[in-house]
Amino acid sequence: MAPRLVQPEFSVQRDGERCIACGVCVRQCANQVHSYHPEYEEVRAAAERCVGCHRCAWLCPTGALSIIHTPPTYRHGGHWSSEAISNVYKQADSGGVLLGAMGNSQPVPVYWDHLLLNASQVTNPSIDPLREPMELKTFLGRKPDQVELEMSGPEPSLATTLAPQLELSMPIMFSAMSYGAISYPACKSLAMAARELGTLANSGEGGLHPDFWDFGPSMIVQVASGRFGVTPDYLGAAAAVEIKIGQGAKPGIGGHLPGEKVDDSVSRTRMIPVGSDALSPAPHHDIYSIEDLRQLIYSLKEAVRYRKPISVKIAAVHNVAAIASGIVRAGADIVAIDGYKGGTGAAPAMIRDNVGIPIEFALAAVDDRLRSEGIRNLASVVACGGFRCSADVVKALALGADAVYIGTAALIALGCHMCQQCFTGKCNWGIATQDPYLTRRLNPEIGAQRLYNLLSGWAHEIKEMMGGMGINAVESLRGNRHHLRAWGLSDRELKILGISAVGE
Amino acid sequence: MSRNKTIDARGVYYKQLNETIHAAVAEGYHHLVLQGALGQRYIGVGLGPEVRITINGVPGNDLAAFMDGATIIVNDNVQDGICNTMNRGKVVVRGDAGDIISYGMRGGRLYIAGDVGYRTGIHMKSFRDQKPVVVIGGTAQDYLGEYMAGGMLVVLNLQDSPRPAGDFLGTGMHGGKIYLRGRVPPHQLGREVGTAELGDQDWEELRAVLDDFFAETRLEDPGLARDQFTLLYPKSLRPYGNLYAY
Repeated sequence: MAPRLVQPEFSVQRDGERCIACGVCVRQCANQVHSYHPEYEEVRAAAERCVGCHRCAWLCPTGALSIIHTPPTYRHGGHWSSEAISNVYKQADSGGVLLGAMGNSQPVPVYWDHLLLNASQVTNPSIDPLREPMELKTFLGRKPDQVELEMSGPEPSLATTLAPQLELSMPIMFSAMSYGAISYPACKSLAMAARELGTLANSGEGGLHPDFWDFGPSMIVQVASGRFGVTPDYLGAAAAVEIKIGQGAKPGIGGHLPGEKVDDSVSRTRMIPVGSDALSPAPHHDIYSIEDLRQLIYSLKEAVRYRKPISVKIAAVHNVAAIASGIVRAGADIVAIDGYKGGTGAAPAMIRDNVGIPIEFALAAVDDRLRSEGIRNLASVVACGGFRCSADVVKALALGADAVYIGTAALIALGCHMCQQCFTGKCNWGIATQDPYLTRRLNPEIGAQRLYNLLSGWAHEIKEMMGGMGINAVESLRGNRHHLRAWGLSDRELKILGISAVGE
Repeated sequence: MSRNKTIDARGVYYKQLNETIHAAVAEGYHHLVLQGALGQRYIGVGLGPEVRITINGVPGNDLAAFMDGATIIVNDNVQDGICNTMNRGKVVVRGDAGDIISYGMRGGRLYIAGDVGYRTGIHMKSFRDQKPVVVIGGTAQDYLGEYMAGGMLVVLNLQDSPRPAGDFLGTGMHGGKIYLRGRVPPHQLGREVGTAELGDQDWEELRAVLDDFFAETRLEDPGLARDQFTLLYPKSLRPYGNLYAY
């Protein structure tokens, strides 16, 4: 067979004076880049296999290794990027579909970076969160049109029956990542951190491992078209149930966990035989209309006896506002909207990079639509898809989100280096793999602590930013677009986002 | 000791009816008889074992969804979505059924004396000791067994219709078996489906299910023979295994 035409993306540079041929890199690399050659008494690298995950360089005891990004040196112009050329080579070799993982990595606009936050000066003075109370507590679920009090007793009491609510210590949750797509210790890290932080993790559509049922009160469980691991006990164990209709990284495309990743433990969790493909196509074949969705929502409400909120997660697509309105009218307590930059363990790259719309616009459009229809209180809106830092979160809240889901940021906290090869199952950081040799590299206690640290830092930053605006509760920030200004956007973009330009 | 309770379902909204059922189960009644059911949804959703419900009248959509061990006997027709994601238990329908029955069903048994609509048995899957079994006395429409991943679907066509099942039969099937009484022309089959005669083990397995089906539905066994059936099976457990570039 002729050698592949695709050029390596990375160069593995080994400092011969420092390398002691200890073999750490050989053992650490699941892509088999490094190998020891006794005839030369040295370790050599097959750079064409390197994915740029930096595991070897991080662990090299003598600091002998550097991984250098060396984009292919094809002669290309602005139109034919080296990636476009490499992709044609790959498909001409294999005849297959190009896969991608994590979020879109194309240099597309980041609208968060076009938004700037406000701060108080002189009037409506800012608040110092170190000395004054600052409330990040968030409740997700259906809110009543009005609240009535019973005043006849010695103490006033609530006469209105409230719909079930999720109580979060901060408006940030961990987004859906299935066991199977990510490893056991990664799932455990997320669940432990969610419990410790007083927020929620999300099982994804791959079921809940029996070991994690204790974390149920800190978990949202998903129901998708494949119904993996969905039993009455599964629904009963969780704080809320989420119907997964779509995912930002692959709108209109379903899940496909290859049989190689379905080992005994994943099999138990998904409740499918070992080694069988786990197919969950995009359409739920029992949902062809808003009325059908309503039937599943209420079927789940019946199954949990109306004690838990039901969420519906969709990808942000062109007419997302109308779809979200239908979902709210179908009885969902929470609508989760996953934007164009949302992550995934595997998606066809063409879909990931070309389908859907950015969360900034989707969120603004949905919030506007629900408000104009007078149904914004009937459901909470959760935004997701590429949140990188606490400022992104604050901007999303000001645009109208009740809370956000973070996925990629959480995995980076666990050690992910964004090599975007999750679908190979060879994650050297023990996150997106089921190989026991690799998964034991991730210690759930350490992982949970790192997630706790990350969100503790973000929570404090959010308090500082809110305090700067003179706001002392996240409730007052939500949908408060007066605190946003934009630069470098067109009038039409400003109109859709519902915000003014800087200086206005 | 079996305790019986009769519940009058006439004119009762589904939510209230289902609360009445849950309350009766909590009080320790083992056998409930619903009189005059008329389209109430979600009856038996999530119900555990040791409960038996007899329904007179036509229950509504999502009957026995997520059910986990109960037994439901319906002396009439049923609507759409019954046994959706059912985990364990038994449902016997002595009439016809609508669309999307036994979606994602993982265990237990569903017997329909009459015909069923479209999209029966999509995503049915088995797991360890759980093996969902669906037997249809009459005929089925399109998309029977789509994405089927496990368990057993049986179409008996007792009325000898020239068309026992519809088109796109077993599209995306990657597990389980479909036993169909009669022959299906190849153009009706999904690409992922193969056909075969029944082996000894197949017939033994089917025969045991049929005996129970006829007993429960009170239909008469017309003397079904092994050579009347076609076995439909998935050609591959990994139909989409070679879809991707490196």
